[in-house]
Amino acid sequence: MSIDFLKMTALELAKKIQCGEIKVRDAVDAVYNSIDNYDSTYNCYISTCKEQAYKKADEVQAKIDSGNIASPLAGVPVSVKDNICTKGITTTCASKILENFKPTYNATVVERMEAADMIIVGKLNMDEFAMGSTTETSHFGATNNPWDINRVPGGSSGGAAASVAASEAVISLGSDTGGSVRQPCSFCGVTGLKPTYGSVSRYGLVAFASSLDPNGPVAKDVADCAALFEIISGKDAKDGTSMEFPKFDFSKVLDGDVKGKKIGIPSDYLGEGISPDVKDAILNAANELQKLGATVEEFPMPIVKYAIPTYYIIACAEACSNLSRYDGVKYGYSSPVAENLKETYIKSRSEGFGMEVKRRIMLGNFVLSSGYYDAYYKKALQAKKLIQASFFEAFEKYDMLLGPVAPTTALKKGESLSDPLKMYLGDIYTVMINIAGLPAVCVPCGFDSNNLPIGLQLIGKPFDETTIMQTALGFQKATDFVKNPELIKGAAK
Amino acid sequence: MQIGSELVSYLEALGRIELSDDERVKCEKDLQDILSYIDTLNELDTSNVEPLSHSFPVTNVFHEDEVKTSADRELLLSNAPHQKDGCFKVPKTVE
Repeated sequence: MSIDFLKMTALELAKKIQCGEIKVRDAVDAVYNSIDNYDSTYNCYISTCKEQAYKKADEVQAKIDSGNIASPLAGVPVSVKDNICTKGITTTCASKILENFKPTYNATVVERMEAADMIIVGKLNMDEFAMGSTTETSHFGATNNPWDINRVPGGSSGGAAASVAASEAVISLGSDTGGSVRQPCSFCGVTGLKPTYGSVSRYGLVAFASSLDPNGPVAKDVADCAALFEIISGKDAKDGTSMEFPKFDFSKVLDGDVKGKKIGIPSDYLGEGISPDVKDAILNAANELQKLGATVEEFPMPIVKYAIPTYYIIACAEACSNLSRYDGVKYGYSSPVAENLKETYIKSRSEGFGMEVKRRIMLGNFVLSSGYYDAYYKKALQAKKLIQASFFEAFEKYDMLLGPVAPTTALKKGESLSDPLKMYLGDIYTVMINIAGLPAVCVPCGFDSNNLPIGLQLIGKPFDETTIMQTALGFQKATDFVKNPELIKGAAK
Repeated sequence: MQIGSELVSYLEALGRIELSDDERVKCEKDLQDILSYIDTLNELDTSNVEPLSHSFPVTNVFHEDEVKTSADRELLLSNAPHQKDGCFKVPKTVE
């Protein structure tokens, strides 16, 4: 089937499927054909699940034929990051330690997408356990950026962003613990949403840093992201930290009305370390929003410089606790050479985890260990309070904040692996939003001198995805930064 | 904060991880770089600031104590590296 299907947005494709112009099976075929053609070049997927996908496609087709349309995205193929549990379908977290793990249950977000009659077609590459910003720490090899295969797609949801950019997916679901949806979207020129903490259930999302982790959609445009967010959001009894809030209604963002919106730019988001091309694109975007009727002004937010230390303390502390479950006993990799129980733990973990994961487990154990807990972990939780307070103070004046997603465009492969601190510093504009629990949307806003995409983020008040997505949609309507890269066909897999 | 090889070994033990000699050298340097950067947080005055664990206020979540079917035993065990008689099997732990 024609790849042209895959140049459509998810909502456009859904419309054609729901009026009978395109069959669900043909849409699923188109995705698999594209994967056959391009995935040996880009390596977006860890696995596909054709049998389940075609079975579901036939069920959904029968419902559509009888006039039963479960959701605005009914019939649309969706690809899922490989840290989201899919019953009976391998969920690896891109780690050797979970290489053969088949969950016995679905994540709530998966249940909701299935109830919305979306078709899960495959599992996407990522940094191991979502720890990384480049998708290079995957046990299954790095994903390549569709705009330049010598560059990283960003991470950790690199497979999710690259698959949408390379038309190997219609729409994807990623997760964003510290920028893992937004930064790859920025590097790959696609749109992504990091929802408010508590708005999307974490049940079945393999835990990395539980106080920071939500699932978020990755798509061609804001309307698609909004449609998927409507499907996956809402309180879930299986996640005690999911919250009650007014149901998100994606139709409310579609007018793209920007008029009268008050937007603040933290001047510390445009300071030291930002590349001139990124800064120009962000300021141009701010001008564009002003032309559309928003008021935009800069304001100081000096606490930005403490975002990364705070984030890495909290994220690593939670990660080392969460990853203590991998013991070589209940599931996952078990070392064949262990001779006693202690060796089973140590050898299974040492052979099963990659270096970045080990480093974060060690850092987490350090900040939690006796003698250092107050100086590091408690200090970080106090900084978290101050960071959130800075945002809340800004929201007394502004409806939303605007800034770059990342200080640079996509980096060359290998640059970050040799210097983890440098990689961490690239997360400066994204991690604060996770610390404060806020929603943020990333949309393409330009290209640098190497023709690499640049991403803009709009940061909203808690549970106010509507305002940022409405504004982002208005920006997308008025501009022309959503483009398709020239794809390189690889040898068929 | 100064990281030494002793601290690295202690952290390996806490995390039930064993690094190779090469990894240990690299890890010591990386942890040193990262912690030196993390120490900039000391400049931030946090006196009298209440630590914040949850982004938004959460309270205990209760549900009715109803008897429900939970996961299937065989299915759960199907992911176990080693199993015997419907249980996870581990090396002998008591001499």
